[in-house]
Order: sequence, then C-alpha cells, then structure tokens
Amino acid sequence: MNTLRSPEQLKELRAALQRKLDDRRTTQALILIGMGTCGIAAGASEVAEAMRRALAERKLNAEVIGVGCIGMCVKEPLVDIQLPGRPRVTYANVNVDMVPRLVEEHLVNGQVIQKLALAQMLAEGIEPEQGLATYQDLPFYRKQLRIAMRNCGMIDPESIEEYIAADGYQGLAKALTSMEPDEVIEEMKDSGLRGRGGAGFMTGVKWEFCRRARGTPKYVICNADEGDPGAFMDRSILEGDPHSVLEGMIIAGYAIGAQEGYIYCRAEYPLAIERLKKAIRQAHEYGLLGEKILGTDFTFDLHVKEGAGAFVCGEETALIASIEGKRGEPRPRPPFPAVSGLWGKPSNVNNVKSYSLTPQIILNGADWFSKVGTEKSTGTAVFALTGKIKNTGLIEVPMGITLREIIYDVGGGIPKKKKFKAVQTGGPLGGCLPESALDTPVDFDSLTQAGATMGSGGMIVVDQDTCMVEFARYFLTFASAESCGKCVPCRIGGQRLLEVLSRIASGQGRMEDLDEIEYISTNMQQASLCALGQLTPGPVMASLRFFREEYEAHVRDHFCQAGVCKGMFQYEIDEVKCPGCGLCLKACTSNAISGEKKQPHVINQVKCIQCGACYDVCNLGAIHISPRVVPLAEVEATPE
Amino acid sequence: MNIAERSLPPAIEDPRERAMLLAALYLAQEQNGWLTPEAIRRVARRLKLSEGQVRSTASFYTMFRLEPRGRYHIQVCEGLSCYLVDGAETIIEHVARKLKIRPGETTPDGRFSLEIVQCLAACDMAPALKVNDELYGNMSLAEIDALIERLAQS
Repeated sequence: MNTLRSPEQLKELRAALQRKLDDRRTTQALILIGMGTCGIAAGASEVAEAMRRALAERKLNAEVIGVGCIGMCVKEPLVDIQLPGRPRVTYANVNVDMVPRLVEEHLVNGQVIQKLALAQMLAEGIEPEQGLATYQDLPFYRKQLRIAMRNCGMIDPESIEEYIAADGYQGLAKALTSMEPDEVIEEMKDSGLRGRGGAGFMTGVKWEFCRRARGTPKYVICNADEGDPGAFMDRSILEGDPHSVLEGMIIAGYAIGAQEGYIYCRAEYPLAIERLKKAIRQAHEYGLLGEKILGTDFTFDLHVKEGAGAFVCGEETALIASIEGKRGEPRPRPPFPAVSGLWGKPSNVNNVKSYSLTPQIILNGADWFSKVGTEKSTGTAVFALTGKIKNTGLIEVPMGITLREIIYDVGGGIPKKKKFKAVQTGGPLGGCLPESALDTPVDFDSLTQAGATMGSGGMIVVDQDTCMVEFARYFLTFASAESCGKCVPCRIGGQRLLEVLSRIASGQGRMEDLDEIEYISTNMQQASLCALGQLTPGPVMASLRFFREEYEAHVRDHFCQAGVCKGMFQYEIDEVKCPGCGLCLKACTSNAISGEKKQPHVINQVKCIQCGACYDVCNLGAIHISPRVVPLAEVEATPE
Repeated sequence: MNIAERSLPPAIEDPRERAMLLAALYLAQEQNGWLTPEAIRRVARRLKLSEGQVRSTASFYTMFRLEPRGRYHIQVCEGLSCYLVDGAETIIEHVARKLKIRPGETTPDGRFSLEIVQCLAACDMAPALKVNDELYGNMSLAEIDALIERLAQS
C-alpha cells in the first residue's frame, strides 16, 4: 500500500515524484493534449489516437498525456510538444491531418513548425526557442493570474502523483499538523476569500458559523451544479484538477469538524463525475481520505452525488434536498445550512472554485492571497468568456481588473469589426452592462453597484446584432422554465414577465408594459423564496435600465434596431456604398434583390423574408437595418 | 390495481435509504429507457417509500422520463450558442412540423420522439442535435430532413 502515515512521508513522496517527472522530461518527448470536454468536442480524442499510432509506427520514445483545459477553448484541440531540454510548444486547432507533420518535423527533426505554433512556455534553465512568442506575449494570458486553475492544462488530472508533485495536498498537511481548526478558519477569514458561487459571502465566516453550530455529525458540501448557459468554469476545474477541490474540502472538513462530505455535480458533466470518482479512489489509496489522514486523528470521507437536471438545485437548500433524494425545492432561510443543512445537521456549502482556492491560501498564507485583487474582493476571479468575442475560453484574472481589459485585452475584442453592445455577467440571474460601464472594476461590490452581479463566472459579450429585448427574453425563458414552482412570485411572476417581453418582441407592446416590467420585477425580487426567483428579473431590469430606448423603439415604432425581431425592421441597400458586386443577390434565396452589375442593388421589401443572408455577406456595410415601411400584413396578403 | 397491492409509506422513512432514490431511478431507467410503472413500484418497495413519493420526485427532474420515448430520440439543443446562431427555434419548429409532434411527444408509431434540451456541450458545432447517443453538429434544415428520412426507413 502507498498509504502516507505522516506529512514527512508526503514530502518525501513529492520529492521522489518530482525527480521522476524531471527524469521523464529530460529523457522523453512529451505530447500534452487538452482533453477537457471542449477539447474532446473539437476532436482531441481522434488527434490523440492518431498521435499514438504515429508514435508506435515510428517507435518513438514519446508519451501522450491528456491534460485539462488550459482555457483557450476557441483554439482546441491544443497539442503541446515538449522535447527533452526544450521548451513546451503549443500548437492550436490541430486536426488529424496535421499529426504526421508534427511528428516528422517537430518530434523527429526537432524543428518547431513556426507557422503552426502558437506559443511556448518558458521554464527555468531551458533555452527558449528563437522567434516564437511566449505565453506571456499572448494578450490572452498576459493579464491572467492562475490560482484556482493553476494546474488546469498543466498536469494529468487523472494522476494524483502529478498533483502531489505540483505541491498537492501540502496545504492539507500544513493544516492538519501545524494549525488548529480555529486557526484554519482565522486564516481563511484573513485571506478575505468570498464565496465564488456568486453571493460573495466571506468563506471563513461561513466556516466559523458551521464550526460553532451545535449538532453532529457535520457535513461539507461542494456545489458543482453549475447550470448557467454559457458558463463552464467549474466543469473545467473538476475535469482539469479534481484533486484541488478534494483537498479544499478535506481542509474545510477539518476546520468545521466534519467527517463526511458530498460533491453534488450535475449529471450533464459525465467526465467531471468520472474524474472526481477516480480522484477520490486515488486519495483513499494514499491515505489522504479515510481514517487517520496523514497519520493524524482526523478522519474524512467524500461521496459524489449526481444531479438529474434541475437548475434550481444550484441553490443550496434545494441542493441539500436533492442529496437527500427529494424534489430539489428550496426552503426559506434561516435556518441557514450552517445551522441546519443536510439531514438537519450543520453543513457547509461552497462552490467548486472556493474549495479549489483553499489549499493555496493555507499553503501560501492569507497575506499572499489578500495581496491579489482589491481590498474587499481579494484574489482572482474565474470567468467563462463567451458570445461575440474573439478569444472565447476560460480565464482567471485578479479582482479589480476592468471589464474593458477583460473584453479587449484578454478577450481580443469583438470579431468581424462589429460594435460592442453589452456584456452579461452572472448568467441568467445576472445583468448586462453597456459600453459606458466598461471601466467598472470587476469585483463583487463594483459590479453590483453598476447594476450587474459577479455571479459564478459566466461572461457573455454581445454585439450590435443582438436585440436586448430578445436577449433578456432568452434568459427569462430559461429562468422561468427552471422555476421549481414552489413559491408564487417566481412561478407566476416569471411567466407574466415573459408574456410582457414576448409581446414587446413581437411588436404588440404598449408603453405601460415598461412600467409593468418594473412592477412585476420588484415584486419578484422582494417576495420570492430563493435566489432563483429573486434574481430572475435581473437581466430584464438591467437591459431596461441601460437600453430603455431599444424597448421604447420596439413599442413605439415597432422597430428592432438589431434586426432580430421578425417583422420589425427591414434591410435596405445604401445606394452610395453599394458597388454592385452582386454578393447579396447571390445570397438571397427569396429573389428579393435585383440590380445590374456595378450598379447599386435594391431589395424588394414585399418579397424579403428578413433572413439576413445579404446583411451577413456584404462586407462593405452597404446594407443597413431601418424601420419597417411595408406593414407585415400587406406582405402576408401578397400572393406568391 | 387493488388497494392491497398499493404500497403504503412507512411510518418513519430512513433518510439514508431515501438519499439513494436518484441513483436508483437512474438504474431503473437504464433498463427500459424510461421509468415504467413497474420500475417505480420496484424502486418504491426497495427503498421503503410510497409510489407517490417516488413518482413525485422523479417528475421533478428533467432527466427522468415517465413516458416511453421513440426508437430515435431527437434532442435539439437550445443552449446559448445554438440559440444565438439562429438555429434552435427554427430547427425545433421544423422537426416538430415534419414529425407532426410537439416537443416532449412521441410519434404514434413509436419511431421518433422530440425533446428540447439545454447545452449539449457542442457550442463549437452550433446548431447541434442528438439522436439517441449520436451527436450531429452544424446542421442545416436540409441535412436534418435527410437524417430523418434515413432514420424513417432504417
């Protein structure tokens, strides 16, 4: 057995594993392939298979290692090649056809293919490749600081040995042997860590409540029921570095005095569940879970619970009900789970990211962590960057960075020369912010003050082609469908709000509807049982606040300036700008465009079905969106 | 079913047994593809719960099916990416019209069923849909028609 009976044994093991990994690095070529869900969806499995075949055929001394997501989801599949004594070089968007060339030129001849390579990772004592950008040169990485995701994409998530070699479980060893539970809690409080699930409550204070609460046994629970559309931070951490979450939970167990923990993960993340279960088995083998952890008197065990498709189970009391095998309905708080949680016992519920940050805070100290970020929001924030942005992917940045820096520097700005319109944070329960708010620092309080929320880390960017009424309606459709139905304000309010928004989006809106939105929203915010109902109106309220003129245009002029709401706009060709290239004419499937070559074209508004094909192909911006002149009724009445 | 056959709830339910309900429902569902009344009865008996408790819990979660589904179960993604490419709504409408069923329903011959689902984690291939366990990305309406024709004849 490999059971570790003392922290010293863990240190010895770390040293031995580090030597082993160093040996591997100096004697063997390594091929690291991103095997998160994003990588696999982009074809990483096929690439890895082709790579293994090629290595076997040529009998090369090289190993293919699957790693987690490094964050550049848009560039998947990512393949990194590291030759002995040479830096790790990343190739992006690799497909099966590129594999023979990578093997031939890079692995066999030792020539970096500069044209295909994205960047190199610098390492101590290793000469960098000439003429190749480093990761620090990439705008996507320059402003990032990785603490929660430090190991994602760097180590094999299915190997506890690699985690231990990367200082894994050292935080736990430190807590168990040199700190009293109260000291661990003090350290967490001093670090200023606020819950990364979105509410931003002080983690250390929460732990203290639970420790002080009467009743045994106590439970540690990890909320891995990430369900926001466009959010995948927790998934990537669970897939890319499951042991960091385990370690954080064991430390929490020690601090609050619990012996058992549950990870509640949504069933839609099969890979994350598989890796968590594997990680738990490995931790047992090394004596890092189970009885007498690291030879101390502390005993702790973990279980994985699979959800069954209910967004509301991300709410902590609903989550607890679901672990108990009941309908996942929330209940009023207080009592908070810290006092009465799972089976009525004191329970501590934290998000994946909060646990994954914990070992680093304990290991490096509260001061180290609180130096990063702002005074009231310390540390880093993890965001899933999606929507109309060049670098979609996963990022971790210090708190206090501005939205502008995230969107334009890290995210690379808006593609296709389109204009930025809004950024939605906090997913379907958050809010959107307009361009004027782009200099808002990203921290819990500033974002709330600006009219959005921090949320758990979804960040969706939209451009001029997105209708804010329709955008709000999308989130509302999602959130109201996920209402569990237990309390009236959420169940009925969501539906009523959706009716009003659908009315506006279809051109049937009335001016009073705008007041109606505010009336229903306020009631939902004040009277709903849980955060789902209280926050459902958030996106609507924020878009109404910042884009009121768009709502008014929909109601008053029946005009959708983004060209989204059908029948509420028309495409027109600008006579001056149109060179008569004929691209739009070819793209039109309704024969609605006519015009001679090199002469300005025109759109027949009666025939046009507003599919947008012409608008998309015109790269001179000669086609624009204007209020509808021909009423829809007339179009429908026209025979074919 | 007569009254004697109906299982009654136990006087005190065992919380640890109850906690196994979701996992038990997954196992039961694997056997027939949906939760048959017989499966609900067996789960209830095994965990010492009433059938009502089991059915009520199962009906709360979208991943449990209380109705049989078609031989080809079509799941159309309505996640953010599929929605933003202007795909999801059009595809759902199109498939529903073609199969003459609404989302959540099964064709009378039991061949097709249609379901709207949240993100299939195929955002880079939006719009995406799944037939049983097979994922189809970047689908045009013509390609969907061809796919359905093929499945209808297989």
